[in-house]
Amino acid sequence: MILLTHDIIDYNALTESVRSNAAGAVVLFLGTVRELTGDRRTVALDYDAYSQMAEAKLAELEAEARAKWPVIQVGIVHRLGHLELGDISVALAVSTPHRQQAFEAGQYLIDRLKVVVPIWKKENWSDGTTEWVHPGVTT
Amino acid sequence: MRIAVQLFAKARDLAGASRVELNLPDAARVADVRVALRQRFPQMEPLISSLLVSVGTEYANDQTPLRVGADVACFPPVSGG
Repeated sequence: MILLTHDIIDYNALTESVRSNAAGAVVLFLGTVRELTGDRRTVALDYDAYSQMAEAKLAELEAEARAKWPVIQVGIVHRLGHLELGDISVALAVSTPHRQQAFEAGQYLIDRLKVVVPIWKKENWSDGTTEWVHPGVTT
Repeated sequence: MRIAVQLFAKARDLAGASRVELNLPDAARVADVRVALRQRFPQMEPLISSLLVSVGTEYANDQTPLRVGADVACFPPVSGG
């Protein structure tokens, strides 16, 4: 299952959705809104996406993971909109026959998501300023 | 040729629009989008060279040809997760 949503992510339901009697392993990854980046303090993040392309790219990533590992089921949910400190921004669950495959597939999926899926976060810093996060861009 | 381009994140904020129409040379390529954005939105200059460009839902490079009616989007490097 691949989903972009403005709602709170039900990661229990997501995890259940990938469980299978064929799986010996289920890995769940949660990305959460962190307070400190260096010495700067985050109070909230705003997420935006090019939804049509993001969904297509997430589907491609699932296909890539299935080509590399014996994946039984994958679920990826990314939240959009305004998230407060500690909120879950992304949840990714993957099931495979054995644990190493599940860890590797899960790491591959989240690492690739952060590079190729057109979703952006905007920092709301504690000093009241905001700033889009665009890795590698200094303006 | 006229091409509609969607903008996202900081590119959208700097342009003040989520969608712009650009006049490009005939048989334009993605590189021409970069040139047109730079001319029309000088404030976008610091971002121009790092903008990613998609055609349809695929990433394109500067040599990718454009067709009228194509879904083109420009955006800075992504930061989901």
